[in-house]
Amino acid sequence: MMAQIQQEDKLNLGAKKFNMWIFVFTSFMFFAALTSGFIVYSGGRGHGIHLILPHAFIYSTICILLSSVTLFVASNAAKRLQFAKQRLYLGLTLLFGVLFFIIQIYAWTLLIKMGVYFVNNNASQSFIYVFTGMHLVHIIAGLFLIGNTLKGSYNNIPQVKNLFRMEMSSIFWHFVDIIWIYLYVFLLLNQY
Amino acid sequence: MSTLAVQDHGVVHHEEGHEHHHDTFLTKYIFSQDHKMIAKQFLITGITMAFIAMTLSILFRIQLAYPDKTFPLLQTLLGRFAPDGRLDPNFYLSLVTIHGTIMVFFVLTAGLSGTFSNLLIPLQVGARDMASPFMNMLSYWFFFIACVIMLSSFFVQKGPASGGWTVYPPLSALPKAMPGSGEGMTLWLISMICFIGSSLMGGINYVSTVLNMRTKGMDLWKMPLTIWAFFLTAVLGVLAFPVLVAGVVLLIFDRSFGTSFYLSDIVIAGQVMPFEGGSPILFQHLFWFLGHPEVYIVIMPAMGIASEVMSVNSRKPIFGYHAMVYSLIGITVLSFIVWGHHMFVTGMNPFLGGVFMITTLIIAVPSAVKTFNWLATLWRGNIRFTPAMLFAIGMVSFFISGGLTGIFLGNAALDINLHDTYFVVAHFHLVMGSAAIFGMLCGVYHWFPKMFGRLMDTKLGFLHFWLTFIGAYLVFFPMHFMGLDGVPRRYYAFTEFESMKQWLSVNVFITWSAIIAGLAQVAFLYNFVHSIFWGEKTTQNPWQANTLEWTTPVEHIHGNWPGEIPTVYRWPYDYSKPGNDSDFIPQIIPFSQTMSSNIPSDFEDNTGGLEAQSKWSSTQKANEQVK
Repeated sequence: MMAQIQQEDKLNLGAKKFNMWIFVFTSFMFFAALTSGFIVYSGGRGHGIHLILPHAFIYSTICILLSSVTLFVASNAAKRLQFAKQRLYLGLTLLFGVLFFIIQIYAWTLLIKMGVYFVNNNASQSFIYVFTGMHLVHIIAGLFLIGNTLKGSYNNIPQVKNLFRMEMSSIFWHFVDIIWIYLYVFLLLNQY
Repeated sequence: MSTLAVQDHGVVHHEEGHEHHHDTFLTKYIFSQDHKMIAKQFLITGITMAFIAMTLSILFRIQLAYPDKTFPLLQTLLGRFAPDGRLDPNFYLSLVTIHGTIMVFFVLTAGLSGTFSNLLIPLQVGARDMASPFMNMLSYWFFFIACVIMLSSFFVQKGPASGGWTVYPPLSALPKAMPGSGEGMTLWLISMICFIGSSLMGGINYVSTVLNMRTKGMDLWKMPLTIWAFFLTAVLGVLAFPVLVAGVVLLIFDRSFGTSFYLSDIVIAGQVMPFEGGSPILFQHLFWFLGHPEVYIVIMPAMGIASEVMSVNSRKPIFGYHAMVYSLIGITVLSFIVWGHHMFVTGMNPFLGGVFMITTLIIAVPSAVKTFNWLATLWRGNIRFTPAMLFAIGMVSFFISGGLTGIFLGNAALDINLHDTYFVVAHFHLVMGSAAIFGMLCGVYHWFPKMFGRLMDTKLGFLHFWLTFIGAYLVFFPMHFMGLDGVPRRYYAFTEFESMKQWLSVNVFITWSAIIAGLAQVAFLYNFVHSIFWGEKTTQNPWQANTLEWTTPVEHIHGNWPGEIPTVYRWPYDYSKPGNDSDFIPQIIPFSQTMSSNIPSDFEDNTGGLEAQSKWSSTQKANEQVK
């Protein structure tokens, strides 16, 4: 135990984890700025979104919620040294993440069919693409983090590092999940 | 374990790891992960950029002073940017834009914070390095790439970005709007994205290091004011820069994808553009939500550095340490709710203008507290007029004289008259330009021995200070009067207007003052470069200061301290403490070694210490009586 603590101090893992928290704050500020921009725009110009959001967003929301649950299970399994279970649930998380990504893109095609384009004289509608698109950029980063954790787990990296990667991806992925719920609720409230 | 807990850093293990640590030239000087080397990289890049931006300013000052003369030399130097020896009007706008961008972002943000946060945060809180040295290295290299891209825009056909450093759309959003809106603007945006990446990575590291990696005994209220300032600056950056990213992302969509976030009703060369419904004011909101905190990102490190240097060189504790910290916090919080004062004349609702006016004027309170405390620190101190001290005092001077005009500009009604005039130019060049650069120079003179192991020449330092100090006032003070007369900023040849003709002589005066002040910087540059190689070797603690960085050996080692990281027992401002032999007591000296100078308030959370102290004093008294 003692050796483990010293190991941790040497690598400064606590401080690095804190870095992730601060990054989460910067990301939060980014989305806060985008949504504030929406409010200023639609409030000032009197342009709302003026459409009912496609149902695909509900399915993607369910997907990302499930991915958070599986990630939580994987995290718990890693703490209890159940590595097979950890890998299984990490894989599931990855799967749900990819599924979310695909459904979001599908939702875009639905929007386009509805005649709601990105290049649009009503920028409120362009904002839908900006919110989801910028969120997808975060999803890609999150998928890389989770993939890296999974790879580490398969390579049997030391448990300290395994847990560290697990926690880093958890902080980020749950955050990305929460941000999506925020964006979705925000869009739902501004449908008209 | 709580992430906020103070850690012991596993010293013994660390040392073992570094006995066989061989640096090649590449890992030591280029891709270094050592915070001290990264600090030097930031400093030297920052100084280089400062000289470039200063040269740009001299170029456009020449145009302002001599709008009718031709200078064949200019054509030789600048080619198509100065046909027939006169600056091209579009190039003039580029010069103003790039001067502003480089000075605000590359010199006073990265050059100042990057240098001193990197150097001092680990050294003054007692850490071996940053939380993530690798990210720290990336932060420098993103900054370097940003510099290269920004400067490369001078080599594209139509010249660099020229819509002003605030890059308001539509000039920045329509590549055809003006020559500078083309490739130059694209490069500007790419460069800024790299820069923001660099700033965020740096800032995240600074915050995390201050909160997680302080040495034993270094609680928040024992941190030097420099650390408080760097910490709060980093917090500001981390919260404000993402907002600029959001604004710039939308700008890029407008620019390259054809969306209409910021654009509406545009006609270029008789052709109606398809954009509709956008709001250019939206960009201003997003920009200034970063932009205003940005000016505090620029000035707060200078404040921290000046506080520390003034205390050391007055041989007195800083006056009102807690008030200094709380006013920094106050400035940090307030800086997020005042951005609207840059937009009073955008057709803002007068009621909203009133709200922004009040929040803006409230900033005068923490600023005045700080100013009062600096002056009170000087009051009856044993002042040592080192060059660093002079620059610290100069910083306070500029902060006062520039800050006073802020009260005029923060007033929504007066701003209608003063907006976009030279009054604004005078205001911010004094309060954030000169004050911040003086803070930076103060830091360079003060911590040069820590960075390079040698001292800078004092006499050249004095020469540099006086020429720069007087020069800066001569340059910027007359601009107030021009602004009050309604002279607009960023104009190529405003003296051609009948009503502004009389300002030509003032322009000539300002230009020559600027040239002389610019030449004074050569004294600094010579002093800086010469002292790196041939300066007088320094002792370990040349200024007799209390803070931790002076307990490290002069010779830089990886991990900062050869043995265990020292423990901290007291605040950093025990200068001239009554009853003590020397006029400074470093933070690493425990109270048990300074019984004769301890006072009851030293033992606020330490009842055992207080008991020992009272026992000691009663024994002393008994001994006196025996005598």
